[in-house]
Amino acid sequence: MRAVDRLTLPRALHPGAWWLWALGMAVAASRTRNPVLLVLILVVTGFVVAARRTDAPWAHSFTAFLKLGLAVIGIRIVLQALLSTRSQGNIVLFTLPQIPLPGWAAGVKLGGQVTLEAVLTALYDGGQLAVMLCCIGAANALASPKRLLKSLPGALYEMGVACVVALTFAPQLVTDARRIRAARRLRGRTRGSFRTTAMPVLEGALDRSVELAAAMDSRGYGRTAQVPRRQRQLTGLCVLLGLLGILLGVYALLTDSLAFPFALTALAIGLLLAVSALGIGRQRVTRTRYRPDPWALPEWLVTAAGAVAAAVMVVAAVRGVHGLLLDGPLVVPPIPLLPVVGVLIGLAPALVAPPVRVGAAA
Amino acid sequence: MIEFDRVTITYDRAVAPAVRDVSFTVPEGELALVIGRTGSGKSTLLRAINGLVPHFTGGTLAGRVLVNGRDTREYRPRDLADVVGFVGQDPMTGFVTDTVEDELAYSMESLGTAPDVMRRRVEETLDLLGLADVRDRALTSLSGGQRQRTAIGAALTSHPAVLVLDEPTSALDPQAAEEVLAALQRLVHDLGVTVVMAEHRLERVIQYADRVIEVPGGIGLVSTGLPADQMVTAPVAPPVVELGRLAGWSPLPLSVRDARRAAVALRSQLADVQPLRRPTVTGAELARCSELVVGYGAVTALRGVSVSIRAGEIVAVMGRNGAGKSTLLNALVGIVPPRSGTVTAAGADPRRTRPAKLVKAVGLVPQEPADLLYAATVADECSGADADFRVAAGTCRAVLERLAPGVDDQLHPRDLSEGQRLCLALAVVLCGAPPLLLLDEPTRGLDYGAKRRLVEILRELAAAGHAVVLSTHDVEMVAEVATRVMVLADGELVSEGETATVVADSPAFAPQVAKILAPLTFLTVGEVATALERAS
Repeated sequence: MRAVDRLTLPRALHPGAWWLWALGMAVAASRTRNPVLLVLILVVTGFVVAARRTDAPWAHSFTAFLKLGLAVIGIRIVLQALLSTRSQGNIVLFTLPQIPLPGWAAGVKLGGQVTLEAVLTALYDGGQLAVMLCCIGAANALASPKRLLKSLPGALYEMGVACVVALTFAPQLVTDARRIRAARRLRGRTRGSFRTTAMPVLEGALDRSVELAAAMDSRGYGRTAQVPRRQRQLTGLCVLLGLLGILLGVYALLTDSLAFPFALTALAIGLLLAVSALGIGRQRVTRTRYRPDPWALPEWLVTAAGAVAAAVMVVAAVRGVHGLLLDGPLVVPPIPLLPVVGVLIGLAPALVAPPVRVGAAA
Repeated sequence: MIEFDRVTITYDRAVAPAVRDVSFTVPEGELALVIGRTGSGKSTLLRAINGLVPHFTGGTLAGRVLVNGRDTREYRPRDLADVVGFVGQDPMTGFVTDTVEDELAYSMESLGTAPDVMRRRVEETLDLLGLADVRDRALTSLSGGQRQRTAIGAALTSHPAVLVLDEPTSALDPQAAEEVLAALQRLVHDLGVTVVMAEHRLERVIQYADRVIEVPGGIGLVSTGLPADQMVTAPVAPPVVELGRLAGWSPLPLSVRDARRAAVALRSQLADVQPLRRPTVTGAELARCSELVVGYGAVTALRGVSVSIRAGEIVAVMGRNGAGKSTLLNALVGIVPPRSGTVTAAGADPRRTRPAKLVKAVGLVPQEPADLLYAATVADECSGADADFRVAAGTCRAVLERLAPGVDDQLHPRDLSEGQRLCLALAVVLCGAPPLLLLDEPTRGLDYGAKRRLVEILRELAAAGHAVVLSTHDVEMVAEVATRVMVLADGELVSEGETATVVADSPAFAPQVAKILAPLTFLTVGEVATALERAS
């Protein structure tokens, strides 16, 4: 057994494993509107984040996503209350003043009676979206976005660098804008114009990108092995078709709008094409990687935990297991045993992911 | 190792070549220093070594540049990356990754170095440059010296035979500059790396150079030679050399140590002459802050600073990078709000004064001079400044002409060299002649000539009853111009007083002349010259 296979060796888990786990939890959330299950998924992801996050700046993004989720629920409820009709239920909570709309807007109602059923439905629907957002937030908090981009396959490396550079430039632009606004006072000007605010920021950004490009060029960025033109075109085609297949497959899986076998086939072919494209693309790349994140037992276990949670929910949804969807907004939510166990398996990373290295920032 | 053979470089749409008919060779294992006035083409010359000129910048290169036997016409910068390591003017803009360790590994990754070799070299470089303690840190959280050393390390890990550095110590405080130069010294002596660097702060680097390449700019020809020979006639020279010329020492000393040994006679000659200092006439109080506390987020930049600035003074604020110098200046002009304490400039709270009125009382040249510049040409910028500060048309242009003669009116401010751009920003603020003038790092990238002209202007302003506050790392400039020095450390005022008393016995802040003539308290070559005249 390698040292990295041990669950107790403190190190950073491969960011890809965190993302796969989080996506699994998000898929699980997408299959249910039962508030009990949704809250359980939220608690599970929150617990794992609390147990395994670092001190890095991005580690606090879970809270931000939590707030975003609450905002989503709030907006959903307000819109529902404004636009709800009596047809959604009988228990009237309160009556808003109704705004008369012109004749062409028949069928749309603004204001009027707000029913408990309508509000509850909005709460559960919004809750599902909010929980899925929080799953993404968990991945953000646990995995360094830059390390994830670093682990991209060699053929996608240049794209990854572009993303990394963009990630550093965005906050820099904000600082620049602030500094330049402050400097305007020094010229005795009160109001700024496009010329005096946006232009210096943009010019500064351009200057910096040119400098960065020069630095990257002098450090060997873009050294490639020579490959025949035909092969390059083939790679491009494979990437395009592969991505299309994956897109189609995922869309079909998530929306149930296309037959299940078709979705799986599209996904499989897409994946195959994309993987082979990456394989061919690799030949062009001569670069090596410094201290790549290992993919060992903990990574497999974390990924598996997410996959099991997702699989249990998907299977339960396909089989029509009672309790994933509510019979009506007003019933007391049931607690379906199998899905609960499935979601609880998603808790495993809190134990099997290696502990955080003390003092490591990235 | 490096061979320039009749090289002339002309940028696209430029009237005259940036450098003309340059021929020189730098043998293996030497440290070559490129000197010359602001905007004379030093950066162009450096960038031609690894092929950035003309492959990246465009333009035409006539002649031939050979590096380790490779002709830069045939090799692009990326193909020379294994031979030439390049460190640009601002290390921050050249960083590709976000942590020290990743940055060190980046070039090796691009070159396809084997993973185990990479791992070993990163560890070696961390030790060589003293970066092991910060290996996991984010690059943005490093101090200036650490950043510069990281940039040098990043260029070194691929084991290039040549290291090219553009002004590696300009932006650094004296201590950080020492760190960087010590690291370079080790590379040249222990590893045999050929180093080519451009630097304005000759007083810091001349003693380490094996060869000086002088770029005169304009139509003059590039000349090379040994430092001691080259310094006899060079128009730019550090104080140690100027003192040597004044005293007629031969060979010219280049380091403080050599000069001290040559200066025994001079010291006894000057023993009973007191340096003549012009008395400072101070007038009314122009600005004051008391118990000032300023913070950004969790960081407290100033913790309880009280200062008073009077008319006729030139106050230098010194201290490490990040000690709170810029924050103090920004607070005086109302850009940053105090957390507690008060700031008064020209009798009012600068945060409550309308900008149009404020600029008539306080002027600040920020650390990033380009922030002040909006126009598309130098001419527009100058006329805009005349309008902003409501002064007669042509005032700004006249000040600029004095600071940096011959700047092309039609150039974009961003196309100027760093020193010229700073002169333009200085001219913009100086044309308003505000009673209180604040300068944040006004000597970055300035050559000795521009510095001398700046000193003249500042003295005139002070004599006319203006007050000047400048934050700077440049001890020679401080010795030359300041009447009072304040030293900040960690957001607190640690020492304050007349220039001679504060800087003379400090190992970091003492100017070269003071070090050479200690225990005598002369600070500048000018003071020595007048003292010699009076003695004879």
